[in-house]
Amino acid sequence: MTNKFKEFPGTPLSEGDFKEGKILFYHDQMKADFAWDTGVAIGSYLAALKEGYLLGGYCQTCRKTVIPPRTVCEWCFRPMDSYVRLEDTGTVNTFSLCYVTWDVKRIKEPELPAVIEIDGASPLHGIMHKLGEVDPEDVHIGMRVRAVWKPPDEREGAITDILYFKPFKEGES
Amino acid sequence: MAMRKVAVVGAGMTKFVRRAQETGKELAWHASRMALESCEMTLDDIEAVCLGTAPDSFDGVHMKAEYLSDGAGAWGKPFMRSYVGGGTGVFTPIQGWYHVASGLFDAVLVVCEEKMSSYYPHGQAAFMTIFDHTTERPLKPNLLWIFAMEMNRYMHTYGISKKDIAQVAVKNKRNAADHPCALLGDPEITVEDVLNSEVLAWPVNRLDVSPVSDGAVALVLAAEHVAKRITDKPVWIQGVGWNLDTAYWTNRELAYPRYVEYAARMAYEMAGIKEPRKEIHIVEPYDPFDYKECHHLEGLLLADRGQAPQLLADGVTLRDGAMPVCPSGGLLGVGNPIAAAGLMKVAELYWQLRGEAGARQVPGQPKRGLAQAWGDLMQVGTVIILGTNP
Repeated sequence: MTNKFKEFPGTPLSEGDFKEGKILFYHDQMKADFAWDTGVAIGSYLAALKEGYLLGGYCQTCRKTVIPPRTVCEWCFRPMDSYVRLEDTGTVNTFSLCYVTWDVKRIKEPELPAVIEIDGASPLHGIMHKLGEVDPEDVHIGMRVRAVWKPPDEREGAITDILYFKPFKEGES
Repeated sequence: MAMRKVAVVGAGMTKFVRRAQETGKELAWHASRMALESCEMTLDDIEAVCLGTAPDSFDGVHMKAEYLSDGAGAWGKPFMRSYVGGGTGVFTPIQGWYHVASGLFDAVLVVCEEKMSSYYPHGQAAFMTIFDHTTERPLKPNLLWIFAMEMNRYMHTYGISKKDIAQVAVKNKRNAADHPCALLGDPEITVEDVLNSEVLAWPVNRLDVSPVSDGAVALVLAAEHVAKRITDKPVWIQGVGWNLDTAYWTNRELAYPRYVEYAARMAYEMAGIKEPRKEIHIVEPYDPFDYKECHHLEGLLLADRGQAPQLLADGVTLRDGAMPVCPSGGLLGVGNPIAAAGLMKVAELYWQLRGEAGARQVPGQPKRGLAQAWGDLMQVGTVIILGTNP
């Protein structure tokens, strides 16, 4: 490599080259609108969210309870046998304190994404959601959390019908 | 299986830069031309072209393979694009390998290109589309989330500190200082620099992450009878493997990448490797984040679970250690133009095994190396093993 080639192609540009108009470029925006079909299993999941509970799927062959529900079991490729109503409580499997939004804007107060293992699902089976009503310093793996729901008349059958999960102590409602 | 032997006989690459003036086609052409010139071949000698490039959403160009095809020398030839997310850069040479091993073609050009800078203002937002549109995207997820959460789970499971992991970024950015194409080489960087860089998504700081970049890399692969006419030092593809885990990434253990293990076992079996820790001399695991190097070394069975940071603390994975890891400088140091970054790792093995890596050359005449990449929604593992013996 270094024996044969002294020069490598590629011309680096800086932000300044754009701002100062040193190079030409074409700027455009694409607008893309979609309406995604929910499918059978996720449709049931969303309907349950609208009713205020979490829905899982159960495979009798693999004896697994998964969330979100699905029509086919990945492990045995048989149809999932049944839907199961799960608790809206769970345990933080992992989390982050994120100071950047999805479109790379800096924020002062971190977002608290987490993977939450849902009670009633098989071990390590959870969903991604956010944590709230908690000091970021206090968040820890193993923390018990409960869903905070939108009021029933505001629910629309979406994952955002759960606002976030907040910590609770066993025995508290 | 009756398969033919396949060798890498040429390699070329562009600089990896934050933003290149050249278009993707132009970058692909530069790398391809260099790879052909390095083994004194022309496009007339090439019978098929394999192209790797990441999501169309980065470029805002539909059917990127066709868009890039002239720069990749594909006109009038059998041409195919492969795409397995971040795993693409190691999967594309695997595709090239089976094109030749099968007996269909004697000489194949493998080209990987990425131009991440077009997406405005930052390519990161294009990653939104990898999440499930119904169950995850309404939460406005950020790509950093899943890495930060996987890193946290890995640290928690094995009791590893951020400082242990920051050493990986330091090693790779120092190694990259010797790479003429590197974007972020820095011989002076320290662990404190990494720990004190701004927090993006705890536990991930800015210097724990590789930068988005533009660049291209190309290889020439040839069947044995052709390879031996072209060069005295062909570098043989001894084993390949790839594997996929569930797309329901919140339904599995994040602390251990079992799909990497399955891919590695497939490649080890093909290469006849029984004791990988003794038989692999150089490793180029995928390192878009510093913890991923550790995670992947464990999945590759080259470190015990949770013990990869200790290998670095003991000096084993330094360039002059017993098992150098990312002597190129990796994605953390050279840069991360996704598909091109993976193929850069394979090119590094080619140069290292030929003794042509210049200031980056690992001592002791290495005979065998492994490159690995990883991608999709943290679920695909791709592995290739190169060696000086067929």
